[in-house]
Amino acid sequence: MSSVNGNTETTKYRSKRKNQIIGKVLIYVILLFITACMIVPFLWMLSASIKSNREVFLMDPFVWIPDQPKWDNYIKIWTKIPLLKFVQNTVFLTIVVTILQLLTSSFAAYSFAKLEFKHKNTLFLAYIATIAMPWQVYMVPQFIMMRGMGLNDKLLAMICLQAFSAFGVFLMKQFYEGIPNDLCEAARIDGMSEYKIYAKIMLPLSKPALSTLTIFTFVNTWNDYLGPLIYLKTETKKTIQLGLKMFIGQYSAEYGLIMAGSVVSLIPVIIVFLCLQKYFVEGVASTGLKG
Amino acid sequence: MDENRMAKVERLKLESAELMRQIRAEDDIQKKQKLIAKRDSVQRKVTAISNNRRISRETKRDIVAYSFIAPNFIGFAVFTLIPIVFAFLLAFMDWDGSNAVTFAGLSNFKRLPGDTFFKAALKNTILYVLGTVPLTMIASLALAIVLNQKIRARGFFRTVAFFPYVASLVAITAVWSMIFHPSKGPVNYILLTVFGVPQNQLPKWFSGSLVLVTLILFSVWKYMGYYMVIYLVGLQGISGELYEAGSLDGANTWQKFCYITWPQLRSTTFFVVVMLTINCFKVYDIAVMLAGGGDGKLSTSATVLVYYIYQNAFNYWDLGYSSAIAMVLFVMVLIVTLIQFRYEKKLEA
Repeated sequence: MSSVNGNTETTKYRSKRKNQIIGKVLIYVILLFITACMIVPFLWMLSASIKSNREVFLMDPFVWIPDQPKWDNYIKIWTKIPLLKFVQNTVFLTIVVTILQLLTSSFAAYSFAKLEFKHKNTLFLAYIATIAMPWQVYMVPQFIMMRGMGLNDKLLAMICLQAFSAFGVFLMKQFYEGIPNDLCEAARIDGMSEYKIYAKIMLPLSKPALSTLTIFTFVNTWNDYLGPLIYLKTETKKTIQLGLKMFIGQYSAEYGLIMAGSVVSLIPVIIVFLCLQKYFVEGVASTGLKG
Repeated sequence: MDENRMAKVERLKLESAELMRQIRAEDDIQKKQKLIAKRDSVQRKVTAISNNRRISRETKRDIVAYSFIAPNFIGFAVFTLIPIVFAFLLAFMDWDGSNAVTFAGLSNFKRLPGDTFFKAALKNTILYVLGTVPLTMIASLALAIVLNQKIRARGFFRTVAFFPYVASLVAITAVWSMIFHPSKGPVNYILLTVFGVPQNQLPKWFSGSLVLVTLILFSVWKYMGYYMVIYLVGLQGISGELYEAGSLDGANTWQKFCYITWPQLRSTTFFVVVMLTINCFKVYDIAVMLAGGGDGKLSTSATVLVYYIYQNAFNYWDLGYSSAIAMVLFVMVLIVTLIQFRYEKKLEA
């Protein structure tokens, strides 16, 4: 009796083991498939950026790296369009917007999270109410207003547009609320001013939230297309996205060059993302972005 | 000491009376308002001193708090709140941006039902939302569950999945339009050689009725990494004890998903669906870049609401009509948010 029982136990155990292995294999197969879908377009981009126009679509035989890689695609792209100017404009815009966003959002968020004051709820409601409001709903009146202020065709308009988002304040506030109040109270008893508490205690603690906000702001500003399309008309003021799109419109058959330009436009975002990504999941978690 | 204070109060009261006289005499409204503000502050000083305080602690506290908020709030009010109010008003006006504004009543809204291009844009946008939201949600949830397991190179897989989200749209749409190129692209080449699809039946990915499908596929591909991170956070918040209890009761993987994971992720799913819906309703650049061709013009089969808002504003300078379309966009986003909110509340109750 007992031996029979033991046998079924082992077979049960074995089949369970077998199921687990099958499950693991299945997971890896799915993962590899998804990863391939995610990464192949980027590999294709890299590969096409060093090919001639004829080689880009050559399928039989298809090679990832051509016999004679055309590295000069990466040189030509800088002379065909004022790419350097575009990159400079975009770098300037992105850095200024990100710094302003981080400073003003964390500053305001500290007040909303840790201080008591009159009309606090009303003010915060103003922020919350606009979070679900797509920018596209008010982009036209915003443009008319900016034009009235003489900001049309100026990089400053793009800074004003992107530096003060409700999203940033919301994200930072959620994070600060997770930091115990006792910490601030103790500092207050020690006679620290609110500004000092913000600078010396809160700011150093908010690395994950700041990294998350940096990634979002940097990526959004760097990749924005509709905003610059509306505001920036002079060629020397355009951003890299506008410039690249313009290039694609003009030389739609220069596949190798288009891909080289695309690779160039991706590099900064990827660097920022890779540098900050270790804080990213933690940041999303602690800022309550999950809702 | 006390006398000193009394004298000060007297002096301030005199000053206040003098200001009051000036206010009455002043005709210019702006100057008048300045004087009124000045008098108010004098009055406040009087109350503060007679209450034996210089500035009340509350006022001091408020001033500190407002000084924290001001840099962001001023920018936010000027560049977001005011334009929003302006947008609502503009929908009831006729304006070309340079001549005088005239009141139009509801006429802008009355034009909408007869406008075939608007109807196409509305239909396409709704179809796009209906396709993208559920697919992205399912894909990102599945990916998050897989990437929450203990597997090798988890960090690498997570990073790769997030890549399309951070990559610039112009660059990746350029790649997609090459990979899915109807006559030369590798996708159609594989369909032709491996799956034997006849040459004349190869899909034209960027035109006709298929273009929406391509837009949806592209969006799922681009956005799933981001929502995966949000689901990952949600999954990490579920206590492991629940799964252990489930195992003891003999629940299989699917049952664990149905009875533990899915209900526990409710608020995460709520957030994901709301954000996705809002983001999908405002689709513009994806459509223009994938289906717009060299000049960025969208045909009726690929047009979306934001494109038509842009067209009416910056090509036809029909600002009132453009704002009316923007209101349609706003109302749809609002409805979705409210429904979700109601549903969430109901579940919590």
